Amino acid sequence: MTAKAVKTKVSQPESYDLVVTGGDVIDPILGTIQNAAILIADGKFVSVETDKKKINAAIKKTDKANVIDASGKLVTPGLIDLHVHLREPGREDEETVMSGAAAAAAGGFTTICCMPNTSPAIDDQETVRFVLSEAALADCRVLVVGAATKRRAGEELADIGDLVKAGVVAVSDDGDYIQNPDLMRRVLEYSRMFDIPIMQHAEDKYLVGDGVMNESFASAKLGVRGRPAVAEEIAVLRDIKLASFTGGKVHIQHVSGVGSVEAIRRAKAEGVNITAEACPHHFTLTDDLIDKEFDTNLRVNPPIRTQADVDAVIAGIVDGTIDCIATDHAPHSAEEKEVEFDQAPPGMVGLETVLGLVKTYLIDKGFITWQEAISKMTVNPARIIKQDLGDLQTGRSADLTIIDPDREWTVDPSKFKSLSRNTPFGGWKLSGRVEMTILKGKVRYSEGE
Amino acid sequence: MPLASRHLLGLEGVSQEDITDILDTAISMREILERPIKKVPSLRGVTVLNLFYEPSTRTRISFELAEKRLSADTINFSASTSSVKKGETLKDTVRNIEAMKMDMVVVRHKSAGAPYFLTQCLESNIINAGDGAHEHPTQALLDMFTMRQKYGKLAGLRVLLVGDIKHSRVARSNIWGLKAMGASVAVCGPSTLLPYEAERFGVDVYTKLDEALEGVDVVNILRIQLERQQSGMFPSQREYTNLFGLNHHRLKRLNDNFTIMHPGPMNRGVEITTDIADGPNSLILEQVTNGQAVRMAILYLLSGKKDSDKVEEVDA
Repeated sequence: MTAKAVKTKVSQPESYDLVVTGGDVIDPILGTIQNAAILIADGKFVSVETDKKKINAAIKKTDKANVIDASGKLVTPGLIDLHVHLREPGREDEETVMSGAAAAAAGGFTTICCMPNTSPAIDDQETVRFVLSEAALADCRVLVVGAATKRRAGEELADIGDLVKAGVVAVSDDGDYIQNPDLMRRVLEYSRMFDIPIMQHAEDKYLVGDGVMNESFASAKLGVRGRPAVAEEIAVLRDIKLASFTGGKVHIQHVSGVGSVEAIRRAKAEGVNITAEACPHHFTLTDDLIDKEFDTNLRVNPPIRTQADVDAVIAGIVDGTIDCIATDHAPHSAEEKEVEFDQAPPGMVGLETVLGLVKTYLIDKGFITWQEAISKMTVNPARIIKQDLGDLQTGRSADLTIIDPDREWTVDPSKFKSLSRNTPFGGWKLSGRVEMTILKGKVRYSEGE
Repeated sequence: MPLASRHLLGLEGVSQEDITDILDTAISMREILERPIKKVPSLRGVTVLNLFYEPSTRTRISFELAEKRLSADTINFSASTSSVKKGETLKDTVRNIEAMKMDMVVVRHKSAGAPYFLTQCLESNIINAGDGAHEHPTQALLDMFTMRQKYGKLAGLRVLLVGDIKHSRVARSNIWGLKAMGASVAVCGPSTLLPYEAERFGVDVYTKLDEALEGVDVVNILRIQLERQQSGMFPSQREYTNLFGLNHHRLKRLNDNFTIMHPGPMNRGVEITTDIADGPNSLILEQVTNGQAVRMAILYLLSGKKDSDKVEEVDA
């Protein structure tokens, strides 16, 4: 229960859209977890209620069908993912705005940010509006990240003012690093006017070359070109200096290496305006899984690295160096992945497995608590993109995720809502499953239906 | 004893027993090559596809001759004159060819892992004839056959590989195979052309050729690819030759009964001088002849092997 919800005296509505009772409610701002009911009217939170009489009174003013019994379940603000690739426009066979949003809802998300590396790139108002209009009826709120440079070519600034006007919440050339330091400086300076972050895919292009996996003994054995961790570290260090110089906001995407985590930790201690995300594959997988079988589902940029890197990413999650957990959900068709390893495009889908991976590999292993995990998937990402989302305050959009915290399940890619199946987690046994996702007071996903 | 696998994808993880089995079988095949009629009916009715996605002269001819001497029917495919140019994927290409009733596929491909990929798309026995910088198992087997032929055994031999180890599939297969057989292996090359954490392969690592040559029995010299210079891996051919070229001044550091080998094609005057390449201790041409025998042995041992074979034998 939030402190605010108790203090705020709101006029009681005539009726409620939805009442979620009996669940253990996580408040990521207070860091609390307690048994309470959540009352929702007009698509917004009314209150988090512990008083039995008030709960019963509210239930009486609610359609029976709209009273959800969440006993034994966790109830959290709707999850937010800052890093998702929807393939529309361009590759609607791999993912559309609608299918990606459905996959997001099934993964417990009520808000996702889509990256601009579509075809054409999201670098003008028209394309932003197209994506937003496609998303209007989707199962999950879709926020758009615009390209930082025209056509994502890394040559000249995109019309960032126009993009902001059309509704983008950040800019990024994700997939590519903004290699030219002078251009990056301008992107940071210019974006400061709009108070939006630059989401940076930090891998120096020259150092990664045409590398296809982490550079390590694993890549040496297989004889494939590596992408060394130092390529990420150098890219991160440069952006730290530029952020500090310009006062712009840098958000480092998918942090994957020891050196990068340490660089961000130091920069934060020095007060640099920098935030960071980590992806499930970077805290669960190591590069030696890529073996003689050359599983193309393990190919991703930045690549999965060594156990020391996994440990560092987890340590960064634990001590707050890494602000949030994002998926980098990257759908690819079977045709594209059923090829030689170095011919396969990088990326894996992640929306529908992230919660189970966080529970099994971060919470169950004792690294973080449920409250901390939920903070990194709700209020922390919301703050980075400055959206009034991710908590349970009265008047906020009633976005909720209901989780069966200890339910064991096996990842079955054939059951994904995503149009793509490219995951290395197929067959993994996970604990913690999304039961229901509620967007603006309406159930948009219910497990088993 | 049948081999553990029905494919030959690489030598990493292959047992001493299997390597010995292949080398022993190659002895009989080598005898066939000395006969007036160099042909036996062992693979009659077996169709072999030579699938070459990369240019190759010696390996391809060697395989084709090996197949013909065993009476197999052979089909040659090269990527430059095929539907690959029309955008067909590797999977589709090979599935279409297999639909024409192929039994075995010999594959050379620029992508590491392509031969394993084929085992997932096809029923045929797959033989790796070189995949990217990953493995080139038949080359390593013929190198080992040649060494064993001269020294009688591989255990205890000191073998040095010189050159671009990082990008060499020959080096990787030699390392795995020789180590499985109990030889001691060292590598030497410019530090830019050594694999990441090279010592973790279980080899001694050198960047000074004179030190590396000390007390060595076999020097296997790798071809230096000139495009590596263009991509900044070493400054010039002249400097490479000065630092890593094998010449007669350097030979005195080797053991008495030393051997010079090269998988070819040679850059004479670059990684090796002509007097050594053609000298009395060079087995470079013997390697080529042995290559055919080793490939005949592999074709023979793998032919007709199915996934189910192993299980049945265990039951029996």
